[in-house]
Amino acid sequence: MTSPVLPSLKPGRHNLIPHLVVAVGIAITAFPLWVAFVASTLSNPEIAQAPMPLLPGNQAVANYGEALVQGGRSGRILTPPVWEMMLNSTVMALTIAVGKIIISILSAYAVVFFRFPFRMAFFWMIFITLMLPVEVRIVPTIQVITNLNMMNSYAGLTIPLIASATATLLFRQFFMTIPDELVEAAQIDGAGPMKFFRDIVLPLSVTNIAALFVILFLYGWNQYLWPLLIGTDARMQTIVIGMSKMIDSAGGPTDWNMVMATAILALLPPVLVVVLMQRWFVKGLVETEK
Amino acid sequence: MERKVVYPQKLLPYLLVAPQIAITLVFFFWPAGQAIWMSTLLQDPLGFSVQFVGLENFEAVLKDPAYLATLQRTFLFSFGVTALAMVPALLLAVMVDRVVRGATAYRTILVIPYAIAPAVAGALWLFLFQPSIGTIAYPLRFLGIDWNPRIDGTDAMIVVVIASAWKQIGYNFLFFLAGLQSIPKSLLEAAAIDGATEVRRFWTIVFPLLSPTTFFLLVINITYAFFDTFGVIHAVTQGGPGKSTEVLIYKAWYDGLIAQDLGRSSAQAVILMVIVIGLTVIQFRYVERRVHY
Repeated sequence: MTSPVLPSLKPGRHNLIPHLVVAVGIAITAFPLWVAFVASTLSNPEIAQAPMPLLPGNQAVANYGEALVQGGRSGRILTPPVWEMMLNSTVMALTIAVGKIIISILSAYAVVFFRFPFRMAFFWMIFITLMLPVEVRIVPTIQVITNLNMMNSYAGLTIPLIASATATLLFRQFFMTIPDELVEAAQIDGAGPMKFFRDIVLPLSVTNIAALFVILFLYGWNQYLWPLLIGTDARMQTIVIGMSKMIDSAGGPTDWNMVMATAILALLPPVLVVVLMQRWFVKGLVETEK
Repeated sequence: MERKVVYPQKLLPYLLVAPQIAITLVFFFWPAGQAIWMSTLLQDPLGFSVQFVGLENFEAVLKDPAYLATLQRTFLFSFGVTALAMVPALLLAVMVDRVVRGATAYRTILVIPYAIAPAVAGALWLFLFQPSIGTIAYPLRFLGIDWNPRIDGTDAMIVVVIASAWKQIGYNFLFFLAGLQSIPKSLLEAAAIDGATEVRRFWTIVFPLLSPTTFFLLVINITYAFFDTFGVIHAVTQGGPGKSTEVLIYKAWYDGLIAQDLGRSSAQAVILMVIVIGLTVIQFRYVERRVHY
């Protein structure tokens, strides 16, 4: 309802303050990204001549090429080539996202559509994992991984992270809303539980799966502590870890153009997933926090 | 809530939950149990003998001035991150709510940092704040500010707080905007007819109606600051200079893996467990109320 009596509720074009505030907010959000991008296109001497230029230079191909093929300097040694680390990150992110979705949808289906002893006990066991992040059980988790011979393997990097209370809760909530009539109709038609799952439940869950995929891909790609603990071998390094190793924390020389090129390569895949799948991303955020 | 119509199979449901339960037991419950057990043991430095000491590790940790300093630092850090991530997000949401046109485009840009790994966010801000070359550090030096996060603890803390908060603003913005858009416009119009100014309308109507969202975000942001910022600190400051950016998670990791003090590190892990459990319970209890509301 628009009313000329209440101009302040529907600000006219003359009201610039909101636009100004939003513009400042966007500038602050984008500024570090712009500077990182610019630095990734400069040579190191260009970066060192303070103040650094704020327009892209002509070293982009050289920098990204060197980072991708050769890797960056980490202290006295080189990191693995960035393309290898990106491959590790991709394997990790995709396996975790897909794995979490598969095992969560199956366990939610069992908990909702069957009655069996210990059903709720299983459900609570899954729920409680929310309260046991890696951060609170670092040393014993490493011991388990070592005993199982899973250090420095893709299995070690991914399988332990595949349990998901969040995804199970989301699927369970959604399955509760599937009408009983639909289940009855399927049973009358003689559809067994797995046929019902494949032909009815799975197609109905597509948007939820897409929403979860975005959230879980970010989760997997952006892992830090886990690959730091489990992927100690350089060839198992993810790009996020590799990038942080290129920063010399002792205050020695850092090749900032390499670090920034690697940082851009490390942030591009998750940012693209969020921007391209934005509708599902927002849905996923809202749903998983319920 | 239970379904009325279910499938009668007896074995199948066990097979369906088996993978998740197996992972849960092996990688969550077993290590968590170990952490609790180890927190009651004292190991001699060479690892030859182990002795049960009950709650002594907890006593030692909670009486350790270094631990208490880290605890205090963690509160300061979490407060800084939460405030810096929430206040600008609310301001932006209020403004975007009024702009109407272009809201989707703004949302897209503002939410991008949320997709970025904490360590990468840390690297971007460290670069801006790099003493001799950083784009922000450079003008600071002109203003006569002796800026160096490598040497000065406060400077280092400022960098990790800003990097951690920057990542989270877009997330808070999304939830604040959704909260604002669900406030009935008729309420605001009625207040406007009664002559309430815009500022007054915000504080008497909008802000109270947003309080469930605000509280929810408060819990989420505190949890984030406590548990998800390890990457920022490890990549940017390594807890330093000195211990000036060492937070609880970083200390638990350092004492367990680098200093190899298993008993005390496990006691710290158990304390952290209690904190997560507390935050999760608050979050879920609150959500239940939100559903009824």
